[in-house]
Amino acid sequence: MLDTAANPQLNAHGELLHLLSIEGLPRDVLMRILDTAVPFSEVAEREVKKVPLLRGKSVFNLFFENSTRTRTTFEIAAKRLSADVINLNINTSSASKGESLLDTVDNLAAMQADMFVVRHASSGAPYLIAQHLAATQREHIRVINAGDGRHAHPTQGLLDMYTIRHYKKDFTNLTIAVVGDILHSRVARSQIHALITLGVPEVRVIAPKTLLPIGVERMGVRVFNDMKEGLRGVDVVMMLRLQNERMQGALLPSPQEYFKSYGLTPEKLALAKPDAIVMHPGPMNRGVEIDSAVADGKQAVILPQVTFGIAVRMAVMAMLGGG
Amino acid sequence: MSSGLHIKGGRLVDPATKTDIHADLFIADGRLVGVGDHHGNGAPAGFEVTSVLDATGCVVCPGLVDLSARLREPGFEYRATLESEMAAAAAGGVTSLACPPDTDPVLDEPGLVEMLTHRARLPEFARVHPVGALTVGLNGERLTEMAELSEAGCVAFGQAHRSIVDTQVLLRALQYAATFDFPVWLQPQDKFLSRKGVAHDGEVAARLGLAGIPVAAETIAIASLLELVRITGTRLHLRRISSAAGLAMIVAARSAGINVTCEVTINHLHLTDLDIGYFNAHARLDPPLRSQNDREALRAGLASGAINALTSDHTPVDDDGKQMPFEEAETGATGLELLLPLTLKWAAEMELPLTTALARVTCDPARIIGTFNKGAGQLKLGAAADVCVFDPQAEFLVSRDNLKSQGKNTPFLGLTLPGRVRYTLIDGHLAYGETWSDISTT
Repeated sequence: MLDTAANPQLNAHGELLHLLSIEGLPRDVLMRILDTAVPFSEVAEREVKKVPLLRGKSVFNLFFENSTRTRTTFEIAAKRLSADVINLNINTSSASKGESLLDTVDNLAAMQADMFVVRHASSGAPYLIAQHLAATQREHIRVINAGDGRHAHPTQGLLDMYTIRHYKKDFTNLTIAVVGDILHSRVARSQIHALITLGVPEVRVIAPKTLLPIGVERMGVRVFNDMKEGLRGVDVVMMLRLQNERMQGALLPSPQEYFKSYGLTPEKLALAKPDAIVMHPGPMNRGVEIDSAVADGKQAVILPQVTFGIAVRMAVMAMLGGG
Repeated sequence: MSSGLHIKGGRLVDPATKTDIHADLFIADGRLVGVGDHHGNGAPAGFEVTSVLDATGCVVCPGLVDLSARLREPGFEYRATLESEMAAAAAGGVTSLACPPDTDPVLDEPGLVEMLTHRARLPEFARVHPVGALTVGLNGERLTEMAELSEAGCVAFGQAHRSIVDTQVLLRALQYAATFDFPVWLQPQDKFLSRKGVAHDGEVAARLGLAGIPVAAETIAIASLLELVRITGTRLHLRRISSAAGLAMIVAARSAGINVTCEVTINHLHLTDLDIGYFNAHARLDPPLRSQNDREALRAGLASGAINALTSDHTPVDDDGKQMPFEEAETGATGLELLLPLTLKWAAEMELPLTTALARVTCDPARIIGTFNKGAGQLKLGAAADVCVFDPQAEFLVSRDNLKSQGKNTPFLGLTLPGRVRYTLIDGHLAYGETWSDISTT
């Protein structure tokens, strides 16, 4: 029987078994991941960019939803840890031909997988996998959530925290705004949980009412519908990607109108603190959520985010699979 | 067993007459023939005891009446069969049940209804009361042959989980049903506001990243239906109410003279959206589990009688349908065997007398089905002996092994609930007996 009552990502001693969501993880676990990532970011500077921590381990990148970028960074991270990486792109059409998610997992587990990196269009899919592994006494196989539906993208949240700490040092004196499609964003949810766990005193979300989930303020954030008001005095601006299919319809009238109200322009950014940094999880829609002058400007730390992402994913994989 | 049964030493609870006394029951030829004491006083003249059922420590009450149990026949036999679900009904003390029309094919033709009722006509099977489809194929376009379906045995007409989007069709369907005074049972749910949604549109859905169904999906549908019923005078029963706001509208409509009944499910009576936990697919239900405030209003409403009945909303789903990511999983939970324990749990938590609590699963739903006057849901002398004998002190562990239903899907798995059915009699036949040792033949 699947146990869906207990938090499946921690064992009885509070140690990390899987990384499924940032919600519910203690601050010291988050800090340990960030600290572990620091030496890994130096591995990339070496001539031989490899450490043997996961030698002989098999990491399966299980992508039920396409994502070249996230899959590639996980692949690089695993390879730098000397793991064997197997990439599987299981698009929904072949999955719908018959094999269930858990059948797929059972088959791959039978191939002696040590770790699954899972991307899935349905919220909670990595939980189902972890619960299934626990119910079948295979907890030694670790699960990393690489993005599930609208729910969570914990490694993105962690690499964002790494980036913020790199530039701002201390979380406890910051005002941070998350801007854009909060309703459909797994990135936003992971960022909000991480920022609050790490003690950021003011987390703001900025979006039109159609892109905010009901009750979002109970996640501990201040809600702003006016971007100019929301950006005033912030230390960090975290932009979100607006999916193409949401730009025209019942949620928003047009990308142009969205850009006018919620696109990050140099004028709007000027309302933030002078040393504010601008982040974006990528891929960016220039001219929709962000002006090129900002994306390529001095305050943007969007490319360093990508670089830090590899170190953070190495840290997570090493902590889960390094024995 | 059909003649001369003496049920001895039990606590007789008949909600229809608010009776709660220590008394014995005498049954002959499938009918209740007397109430009396253990010496046999109260038995009719000439009553000959051929067997004795020891009900010491047990409650003896009318067999339960359930307003919605999916038997999965015809069409979904891989999920459940009539045999498995009738065994579950008997084990749950349920002796009458209504079944919704969303079978495959849909119950929209008299022949299908006749086949189902014919298949269900076995002495140990609960009485099956089909709810016919209100529109052909439940498609919300063409009316079904309601008069024919009624003759075939349909007690009401409904749409199961499908709504009629076209309000012109809805008005006509209600008018046509009102012509013959056929009751209409509908779940109020706006199709557009519930589209793609999988959970209550609240902070849990926000946190888990699940698409929400707002309470307005229910209240808008209730408003439309109440307004149409005000015009047509149709006897309307609202199925599976989930929100405090929806209930308040129903209560207000009644005080304005609109005749409408409603029900709540065992799941919505006890659970909230927090019970989704870490994406527990067993908590994927239709309508979605709502907030704490909603649940409190439903519990109080059922206690006061503002909500007329409690239903198991029995929906067996196989493991393949549930071992999926939450939003892809099928909706529904098995319930026939949980109806009594969850009634008792609610009654204990609300400190309600047993006569009030059991009324919501016996005489009150029997009135909605229309079988109360024929003796269903009550212990009436001369009526068919549909009786449930349960031990209120015993406990029922909800586990895959303990459930007789083919569906093992319920958010209550692993919980120990109060009350255990010992015997179920239908027409005086022993449909379920946990042990036979208490029954002696003289």
